[in-house]
Amino acid sequence: MAIAIVIVLLVIGSLIFHYVSPWWFTPLASNWGAIDDTINITLWVTGIVFVLVNLFLAYVVFRFQYNKNRRAHYEPENTKLEGWLTAITAIGVAGMLAPGLFVWASFINVPQESDVIEVVGQQWHWSFRLPGNDGELGRTAIALISEKNPFGLDTKDSSGQDDILILSNEMHIPIDRPVKVLLRSKDVLHNFAVPQFRVKMDLVPGTVTYLWFKPTKIGRFEILCEELCGVAHYTMRGSVVVDSAEDYQTWLSEQQTFAQSMAVPLGDMEKGWELYAGCAGCHGAQGEGIKSLNAPRLAGMSSWYTKRQLAYFQKKIRGTDANDTSGQLMSQMSQLLADKAAINDVAFYINSLKPDEAAHSSTGDLSKGKQLFRSCSYCHGEKAEGNFFMNAPKLSGQHDWYLSQQLNNYKKGIRGNHPFDLYGSQMMLMSRLLHDEKAILDVVSYIGTLDKGLSK
Amino acid sequence: MTFFRELAEKPWLAENGPLALSVAQKETNQFPAKTALKFFLGVVTVLFFLFTITFLSRSQSNDFQALSGEPWLPFTDAYQLWINTGILLLAGICLQFAVFSLKKQQMNLFILLISCGCLFSCLFIFGQINVWQNLYQAGFALAENPANSYFYLLTGIHGLHLIGGVLALSYVVWQFWLKNNNKKLVDNLTLCTVYWHYLFVVWLFLFALLTGNTATYKTIAAFCGF
Amino acid sequence: MTQTTHTAIADQVDDSHHPKSFISKYVWSQDHKVIAIQYSITAIGVGLVALVLSGMMRLQLGFPDQFSFIDPSSYLQFVTMHGMIMVIYLLTALLLGGFGNYLIPLMIGARDMVFPYLNMLSYWTYLLSVIVLLASFFVTGGPTGAGWTLYPPQAVLNGTPGAENGIVFMLISLAIFIVAFTMGGLNYVTTILQARAKGMTLMRMPLTIWGIFVATILGLLAFPALLVSAIMMMFDKLVGTSFFMPAILSLGENIDHKGGSPILFQHLFWFFGHPEVYIVALPAFGMVSDVIATHARKNIFGYRMMVWAIVAIGGLSFVVWAHHMYVSGMNPYFGFFFATTTLIIAVPTAIKVYNWLLTLWQGNIHLTIPMLFAIGFIFTFTHGGLTGLMLGNVVVDLPLSDTYFVVAHFHMVMGVSPVMVLFAAIYHWFPKVTGKFLHTGLGKIHFWGTFLGTYAIYLPMHYLGFLGVPRRYFAMGTTDFIPESAQALNASITVSAIIVGVIQLVFIFNLIWSVFKGKKAGDNPWNATTLEWQTTKTPPVHGNWGPSLPVVHRWAYDYSVPGVKDDFIPQNVAPDQVIMIEKVEGAENVEGMESNQKGDNT
Repeated sequence: MAIAIVIVLLVIGSLIFHYVSPWWFTPLASNWGAIDDTINITLWVTGIVFVLVNLFLAYVVFRFQYNKNRRAHYEPENTKLEGWLTAITAIGVAGMLAPGLFVWASFINVPQESDVIEVVGQQWHWSFRLPGNDGELGRTAIALISEKNPFGLDTKDSSGQDDILILSNEMHIPIDRPVKVLLRSKDVLHNFAVPQFRVKMDLVPGTVTYLWFKPTKIGRFEILCEELCGVAHYTMRGSVVVDSAEDYQTWLSEQQTFAQSMAVPLGDMEKGWELYAGCAGCHGAQGEGIKSLNAPRLAGMSSWYTKRQLAYFQKKIRGTDANDTSGQLMSQMSQLLADKAAINDVAFYINSLKPDEAAHSSTGDLSKGKQLFRSCSYCHGEKAEGNFFMNAPKLSGQHDWYLSQQLNNYKKGIRGNHPFDLYGSQMMLMSRLLHDEKAILDVVSYIGTLDKGLSK
Repeated sequence: MTFFRELAEKPWLAENGPLALSVAQKETNQFPAKTALKFFLGVVTVLFFLFTITFLSRSQSNDFQALSGEPWLPFTDAYQLWINTGILLLAGICLQFAVFSLKKQQMNLFILLISCGCLFSCLFIFGQINVWQNLYQAGFALAENPANSYFYLLTGIHGLHLIGGVLALSYVVWQFWLKNNNKKLVDNLTLCTVYWHYLFVVWLFLFALLTGNTATYKTIAAFCGF
Repeated sequence: MTQTTHTAIADQVDDSHHPKSFISKYVWSQDHKVIAIQYSITAIGVGLVALVLSGMMRLQLGFPDQFSFIDPSSYLQFVTMHGMIMVIYLLTALLLGGFGNYLIPLMIGARDMVFPYLNMLSYWTYLLSVIVLLASFFVTGGPTGAGWTLYPPQAVLNGTPGAENGIVFMLISLAIFIVAFTMGGLNYVTTILQARAKGMTLMRMPLTIWGIFVATILGLLAFPALLVSAIMMMFDKLVGTSFFMPAILSLGENIDHKGGSPILFQHLFWFFGHPEVYIVALPAFGMVSDVIATHARKNIFGYRMMVWAIVAIGGLSFVVWAHHMYVSGMNPYFGFFFATTTLIIAVPTAIKVYNWLLTLWQGNIHLTIPMLFAIGFIFTFTHGGLTGLMLGNVVVDLPLSDTYFVVAHFHMVMGVSPVMVLFAAIYHWFPKVTGKFLHTGLGKIHFWGTFLGTYAIYLPMHYLGFLGVPRRYFAMGTTDFIPESAQALNASITVSAIIVGVIQLVFIFNLIWSVFKGKKAGDNPWNATTLEWQTTKTPPVHGNWGPSLPVVHRWAYDYSVPGVKDDFIPQNVAPDQVIMIEKVEGAENVEGMESNQKGDNT
């Protein structure tokens, strides 16, 4: 008896949950209304079946409960009834399938007039490439990937020279133009998914896959990786910014082509030395860092990382939080560097500095620290030596007080919270693995043991 | 087709009674290990079939270098494999005649033949290992190229099946030694022989598959719609 | 039709495996019943490990950043091991190794499996595979965290937990499991085909046996695909071949692979993986049919249709695998084919649901614990099956795949539903296995907790999927499209999950308590028709049947036959032994006349 009532209640409850639930698809921002329609058709058909079958179940259980004066009916089969049920089911199934197949056909056939962009996935970042003026993407190969050529473009292929490279987690596309997204992976499987666009597809190393959509709303939409790609899978986020035609052109004009990126000079040591004089006051003549001035060690820092951080400081992406006074100071100081070339030079010089080993006084639990560091090591390296390809700076050799301060900043959202800090959000997620001060102390102490023999 | 006819029966009707008794009767008369072997061969066939599918698919990638077709490739002249094929065939024939001789109660001949069968089987395995060594020394190491990988992998798995067969055969003979049950030995030995013939056919298939040239793979793959 | 030819196989009790000592009776036993219990206990034991793992995952998801012992690596390891253990080492092993072993010989009227020694070997090999699997928890780097699908390249590369040793242990364990399953499977199939009692035609077999039979054949044909992929991945990992490995970087470093195809692995994996769903589902379908018929005192409605549906589902299950791969980057034109086959498989499945309902219709339903679980199964399976239609329809899968909708769907259809049947089956057959009933009061607590609890877990989870929350995320963090309230939903799911987990302890307690203190059950406490209830000893002794084997005279579902005194006629009752009601008053049994004559005909 109770079971019959409960089943009726569950059916009603499910319906109520469905209708009052605030949890539903995010508003559509692409042309794929047809997908939503198919979902609705399917939902209606399956929903009706769900209600009918289970109400019937409840009724039967209620109506034919055990009664010692009654005997069950004996009926081995009823071919006619079963035939009808089969036919009705088949019709229902066909009714769901047919529209689905039509929409699928339009999903796999890309409109002729589509723009092409390439999305490149790697553990655990996104980057993007546009075909440039010639409308053709250049050849690539995994073996060609280097710090200078992170996309692995073939320099011999002339169609690659004008390809526009966007080495960042953020991509812009113009509104109302169909876009064919080519998907390529440098390492493992990934999946390009933007919930508001409804479509998704895996990135498979060794082959190029695709999907297409037409954005219909201006705004910023989050890209999620939805195919398990290792430990930091959940931090592999990016964004697609849908711009008006004019905004898109403005953005596009600021991007570098492959040829331009190859032409960036290494940096001028002389000029860098001159410029560094402005930094030495706080960071020390050898870039060794001064604790009383809250200035971290710079010596030996990879120039790509120095460049990115200086750019962030300049553009007020880092060092704007009210709780980050030294960051604010740095943000002002960074304005002294006039242009990209100046940043390039000073970063080059900083990279060449060779300080003594930093003195570490942290007294955390090293074995716990080692355990915690396992999660860090995938990107920052077993020896915390940093890894350009993982967008991870070198940590070994850095002062312990600075590391723990920054980890705290990430945890509290003082650093990495700015929407344009495209890598900080990842570090914010990861820093939460350190649950308390003790954990931070442990991991920082462990990092302190790693720079033996590593500092240049 | 009896299976499908049976599926159409209405088991609740009375007329199935006597029929049912006789049907079940017929089936139980079979030797159960024979049924098990049929299914086992089905399983092994699926195993090799799936390997073959992956092989054909993999053979279409650019880095695939077939093992024959050019003078410097090892199996353009596959005489060693032909010798091994002959040895495996002999092993199967010996076992087959061992069964015949057992049925005729010629025990000495039986012992001779069954020993030869085992001997030739082991010889085949050593022959295959020898092929591996030659291949390796000629610079065709396992991980160099998918064609090499598949060659080692598939011949290895085929070899393991044969070793399993030799073990099963030894067990059968040993059981005979203990219990001296002639009827059972004939039955079991017949199954072993079937297994040997099956492995021989598999080997012929693998031989043809693994020593094909690029053009052959192209044709097959195109035919299968890769 | 003499007894002698027939006894050649099934009636022969080989002295050599008659148990003589404790060891040969309970440890190195060749008795299918003991092996079944060994299989069941091992499977339930390892299943409890997986249950705890799922609890740990839920703690992280429900209350992120609260538990320092869960980091992203261990989270993925929990996910992977939970999935793999539940699907293979619990469900497959318990349904086929446990119930298959116990029920096949008893239900078809045989003394034992046809190869008892192989059967024993199968269990010990299975145990070895479990040990290897659990050993991976203790090696450097821990067990693999590649997800239960073990997709390369990431499964074997640094950057995935357990890439050092865990993945190797996992692949070895799977290979061993497959060997164990093949030994068991050959045995089940041969036994069903060869050792049936006299008169047990295929169509007189209970649906349980049909389910197990077809599932075993599926297993025999599908597991090789997993073996092939495991072997090839092992080569890629250990000797550097490039079967599945294209030219790639690993954490920024160029590694020495080229040309392989990760999608090839996925095809192999799902060529095994989809039939695997039915390897679990078909025995469950079969067992629930028998539970429903027995406790509703009614013949299974549309028996032939049920058998055909099992066979059809089994066949179709080999041509739907790529519906797991709609967004995998395979040739998109496959989508048309696989969406169509997938939705076609819904038809035989729906027929089964209708027939269960129509079996209950005009039945005389005893709401025993097994029946409650069976009703629960119909509800959860309907739910899970219908969401399956959504995911099978290729474009609907686009927004939903890789989200919590998928997780909710497959837990509903492949987790909760088969487990409901398992519980129904345990409560149903426990009296035969031990001679005691399980405690009804505790059973009720167990049923309501499990049924309502799992629904409270999985219904809301579908809505996380609609929102677009991806699966296998250690933490969602802040996003601009998922409302804060989703976290509340997650927390409530976790609370339900923990309640459901704790309720299972009641069940475990009930099992142990009832073995010793349970109410005594007779030989046939449910008044069931099938052969296993007709043994003269409970639990059945070695050899099952005493001096002579049963002879089968009718199908498995002669419940409430009109004109017959009892409301059931066991399969081994000869027509002339059926006791009729003295004088039928007439009116009520008109449509039953045809079958009524049955007794008189012979």
